[in-house]
Amino acid sequence: MSLKMWSLKKSVWVFHVNTGACNNCDIEIVNLLTPKYDVERFGIRLVGSPRHADALLVTGVVTAQAAPRLREVYRQISKPCVVFSIGACACDTGIFRNGYHVVGPVDKIIREVDPEAIIAYVPGCPPKPEAMISGVVSALSVL
Amino acid sequence: MEAIFEGKGRKMNTPFNIFFWILVVPVTLVLGLIASWIVRKVSALVQWRVGPPLLQPLYDVMKLTGKEILIPQEAQQTVFLMAPLVGLAGVLLLSIMLWRITVTQNAFIGDLIVAIYLMVLPSLALILGSSASASPHAAVGTSREMKLVMGYELPLVLAIIVVIIKTGGQLNLAAIAGYTPVLSISGMLAFLVALLCVQAKLGFVPFDIAEAETELGSGVLMEYSGAILAVWKLMHAVMLVALPLFLVMVFLGGISTNFWVEGGIPVAIVGVALLVFIGARLLSGRSKFIDVLALLIFIGACVWVGLGKYVLILVLLILIKNTNPRVRIDQAMKFFWVYCGIVLAGAIILASIGYYYDINWL
Repeated sequence: MSLKMWSLKKSVWVFHVNTGACNNCDIEIVNLLTPKYDVERFGIRLVGSPRHADALLVTGVVTAQAAPRLREVYRQISKPCVVFSIGACACDTGIFRNGYHVVGPVDKIIREVDPEAIIAYVPGCPPKPEAMISGVVSALSVL
Repeated sequence: MEAIFEGKGRKMNTPFNIFFWILVVPVTLVLGLIASWIVRKVSALVQWRVGPPLLQPLYDVMKLTGKEILIPQEAQQTVFLMAPLVGLAGVLLLSIMLWRITVTQNAFIGDLIVAIYLMVLPSLALILGSSASASPHAAVGTSREMKLVMGYELPLVLAIIVVIIKTGGQLNLAAIAGYTPVLSISGMLAFLVALLCVQAKLGFVPFDIAEAETELGSGVLMEYSGAILAVWKLMHAVMLVALPLFLVMVFLGGISTNFWVEGGIPVAIVGVALLVFIGARLLSGRSKFIDVLALLIFIGACVWVGLGKYVLILVLLILIKNTNPRVRIDQAMKFFWVYCGIVLAGAIILASIGYYYDINWL
C-alpha cells in the first residue's frame, strides 16, 4: 500500500452535500461528531470547502435543481476521493422514485462526471451512525 | 556583521551553533505539529470527546501532500502558489529569530520591530493568496482578514509600546526578555490585550471571522488544495510555536536560557523519552489513555525544559477558543479599536507615570 493511500485512510476530511434530503440523514451525520461517536478519533473531520475534502457525503435524492450542483461539487474535489451515498434516497431514490423532480440516485449523477468514481452506499432511513462508520471503514478498506 | 550583535553572544561556528542551525527548522516544525495536535486534543477534552491521535497533524500534512493540486481557472497563478510559501518562510524566520535569541542570547538592536513586521507576514500572505484565488467566498474572507489585521495590529503595537516604556526604551528582544512586565498593572493589561491579538492572528475562534467554516466555507483558504494547503497548515502550525513564544519573551520574561546552553543531557533524555513514547504509540494498538498520557508527558517535558510559560499561553489560547462564539467583523473591529484602545491608553499612561516616578508595580 502506498504512503499516499495509507495517510489518506488516516485522515479523511469530509464535505457534506444535501441534494434534497429531508434533513434526517444530515442530523445523523452531525451526530457522528458528538462525544458519543466522535469520529475525530479516526482523523475524520467535516470541512467547509470541497477543495479540502477526501470524501463527499451526499444525502437525499438528487433533484433536478441539485444535479448540476452535485456534478460541479464533485469536479471541484481534489482526487483521490470517495463518494458516500448516505440514506435510502441517495442510494436508490427511496420512496421518491419516479417523482417528477427526481433526476436519479447519486451514483448515476456522479458517474456522468467520472465513470470510475469510488462510491460507497450506506442505506437506511436514516442510517444509524454505527452503519455510517461501518460504511466508511469498509470503503476505506477497499481503497 | 558581528559588530551589530550584542556582547554576550557565542561565536558563530562552534559545534553547538552548527547543530542549532541544522535542527532549528525541523524542531520548530515538529513542535508546531505537536502544538496543533494539543489544540485539537484539548478542544476535544473540553467537549468531552476523545479527540485525534498524536500523529494526526502529521497524517493530515502527509495526506494533503499526496493529493491533487487544483488551481482555479481565473486565479492569478504565481501569487496563488507563492503566497503560502511566503507565509511559511516569514513565520519560520520569526521562529528562528526567537529560538536563536532564546538559545544563544544573540540579538541585535531593533529585532523587536523586525519581529513585529514578520508577524504581519502570514496574514499578508493569506490576504494575497486568497485574493489571487478568484473565489467570491475567498474575497469575502480576504476583506474580513484585511479589516481584522487593521483591527489587531494597532492594539498589538500599543501593547508592545507599553513593554518598551516599562523596560526603559529597550528595542532588543534579548534585553526585554530579562524583564517581566506582566507583574505590573499596565503590563498585565497590555499582556491581556496582546493575548487577544495573538488569538486573532492565529485565527482562533472568537476571531476566526476570515475562515469561518460554517458561513464562508473556510473563507481565505477555500480554493487551496493538496500540497499548497499542506503548506498553509504547516504555517499555522509554526505560528502556534512562534507567536506564543514571542508573547513569552516580551511579557513573561522569556525562557530560562542557562538550561539550554549547559544542560544538554536532560533535554536529550526528554527527547529520547518522547521518541520512545511515540514509537510505542505507533506500535501498540489504539488506546484511549495513551494519548492523554502523551499530552501530560509533553506538557511535563515542556515545563521541565523551561517551556512552561509557553504551554501556559497555549492553554489560555485554547480555552479562549473553546469558550467563545465567533464575533462579527464589526464587533471585532469595535472590540480592538474602542475597548482594547481605551485599555491600552490607560496602560500607557500608567506605564509612563510608573517610569517617571520609578514605581515598578504601576
